[in-house]
Amino acid sequence: MGLSNELTRELLRGMTRIRCAEETLADLYAEQEMRTPTHFSIGQEAVAVGVGAALARDDVIYSGHRCHAHYLAKGGDLLAMVGELYGREIGAARGRGGSVHLNQPGVGVIASSAILGQTIATAVGSAFAFDMDGLSRIAVSFFGDGAVEEGVFHESVNFAVVRRLPVLFVCENNLYSTHTPLEVRQPTDRPIYQRVGAYGLPTEEVDGNDVIAVHQLAAKAVAHCRSGKGPYFMECLTYRWREHVGPLFDYDHGYRSKEEVEQWMARDPIKRLSEFCVLHSICTRDELQVWKDELQQEVNDAVAVARRSPFPSVEHILEGTH
Amino acid sequence: MRRLKYWQAISEALVQSMEADPDIFIAGIGVDDFKGVFGTTRAAFERFGRERVIDIPNCENAFTGIAIGAAAMGKRPVVVHPRNDFMFLALDQIINLAAKWKYMYAAKKGVPVVFRGIVGRGWGQGATHSQSLQALFAHFPGLYVAAPASPADAKGLLCAALRGDTPVIMLENRALYELEDDVPEAAIPIPFGKGRIVREGTDVTIVGASLMAYEAVRAADLLAEHGVSAEVIDPRSMRPLDEEIILKSLRRTGHLVVADTSWAMCGFASEVAALAAEKGHAWLRAPVRRVTPPDCPAPVSKPLEDAFHPTPLTIMQACLDILELEASVSKVMADVQAQFPGPY
Repeated sequence: MGLSNELTRELLRGMTRIRCAEETLADLYAEQEMRTPTHFSIGQEAVAVGVGAALARDDVIYSGHRCHAHYLAKGGDLLAMVGELYGREIGAARGRGGSVHLNQPGVGVIASSAILGQTIATAVGSAFAFDMDGLSRIAVSFFGDGAVEEGVFHESVNFAVVRRLPVLFVCENNLYSTHTPLEVRQPTDRPIYQRVGAYGLPTEEVDGNDVIAVHQLAAKAVAHCRSGKGPYFMECLTYRWREHVGPLFDYDHGYRSKEEVEQWMARDPIKRLSEFCVLHSICTRDELQVWKDELQQEVNDAVAVARRSPFPSVEHILEGTH
Repeated sequence: MRRLKYWQAISEALVQSMEADPDIFIAGIGVDDFKGVFGTTRAAFERFGRERVIDIPNCENAFTGIAIGAAAMGKRPVVVHPRNDFMFLALDQIINLAAKWKYMYAAKKGVPVVFRGIVGRGWGQGATHSQSLQALFAHFPGLYVAAPASPADAKGLLCAALRGDTPVIMLENRALYELEDDVPEAAIPIPFGKGRIVREGTDVTIVGASLMAYEAVRAADLLAEHGVSAEVIDPRSMRPLDEEIILKSLRRTGHLVVADTSWAMCGFASEVAALAAEKGHAWLRAPVRRVTPPDCPAPVSKPLEDAFHPTPLTIMQACLDILELEASVSKVMADVQAQFPGPY
């Protein structure tokens, strides 16, 4: 495996923290106090955490609508995220952005966006700026298999290759764009990473539910980008457990089967790494429980603080327009 | 004062701003070629080279996002579109991201990208190379939209755009490029939202920006021959809009004609008419008249094209109509593009 025990524990704790936050928020969602369309990352945490752990603090990331895990894995503040979902002034965007527009520039989370593929270009642009200034910082773009169909993806990859920019493209292939399966949208005889390779950049596929594999590939890709060799593309095969938007399970709606969901849940990245850690004495089951309790407390506290925090003032509705 | 052509004023604003701020770069298709976007980027390229005057692939949408992502890291990109009609390809990034950045992310700063879009006019450029997108962009909070009419304004507004914190759409009418006038040597910014009285008058107010300010002055010359004193107001920017200067003039004249290079429907002319209806109704002594292209795409054939664009004569006729004056407007005026040999 090659990772230190300390890093392995960090990866496990990171994924557990995101899972805990999202499951708690999903449970509270029905209360109608979080009034913002929310795309949970539950089941896909390994990609965010595996890549996030390969980045330096001053590297920057961009994400799409399913951005919670990326935001938290890069160091985004939990209370600011919860506050944003609750529409509060303490939210990451002062209640003006919502779940799909999380950002925290201080830790390198520059922007997330609800428009498919939009921030792929902005990630390339930040890499362009780093390249102009001769910096060794890199930019990461997180997006899904659906965004690969957008023209902006192709324009962006082409530009990054032509200018050899330090940008890491991370495609989370979770097989569905909303409810539309991959085979309706893309050729199935050649996977995404192979097609993208035709632009002339290294591309690789990885089990996106194996956080150690994701991390090892990300570390290699980041080193590639940082050393001036240009962009890198990784396709992470993973799966969304909940509905496209909202807190529920949706296997009774016909577009995917319960069996398929359960097969993927059996490959839960957190369960897999937990078992690995216990087996190799990287941590004990008792420690795992202590972490879970601590993380649950942290999330509960954030929810409590967010709920008693003030809403933005209507007087200031125009503030920040220009 | 020293005189410059419109394109030279733009060129000078770019060079001076880039000297003052190393974070400014220019990018666009062919910005470094021998033509240098009708001369406007040539001097910057000669002075700063390929590092800061950057030719790019054909990717209007992605490059807009790339400029935004660079601006988020502290750069000040100037993105050039030799025809503003290509900006339709970039609307998602401009409208859904650049315009909303500061607000939607509660960011300390907006993304200060300057988008230069050149508006084509005449010489058979047709439906997809002759549009003016001021109303489209001005609709969206978070952008500044300016359409300078004079060389001095082109320089001053561009200098302001390159110092501000807001993404700016600068629409430059190609027909103005050879216009020569006084331009200050220093890089003095002209603030957005401050119109100017181009010509003082007492009988009727003509509001027009960009090429229409120029044509309105020619209309005012004709009107003077008929004893009508027209005041010409150039708002300079559509967003923010200097409502005060329009309303003050309307209060003096009681008559309002708005000329625009784009259509009446949901257009800039309609916005100014709505302003008069809402806030200047008490002073209106006649209905507002909009002078805009007919409600069809821009045609190519010369007689059709001549009938398409508002001219000094159509502006003059509108003024006479609301003043209830009869006059012969059979006089022929040289087309603003008469000297232009083409092709683009």
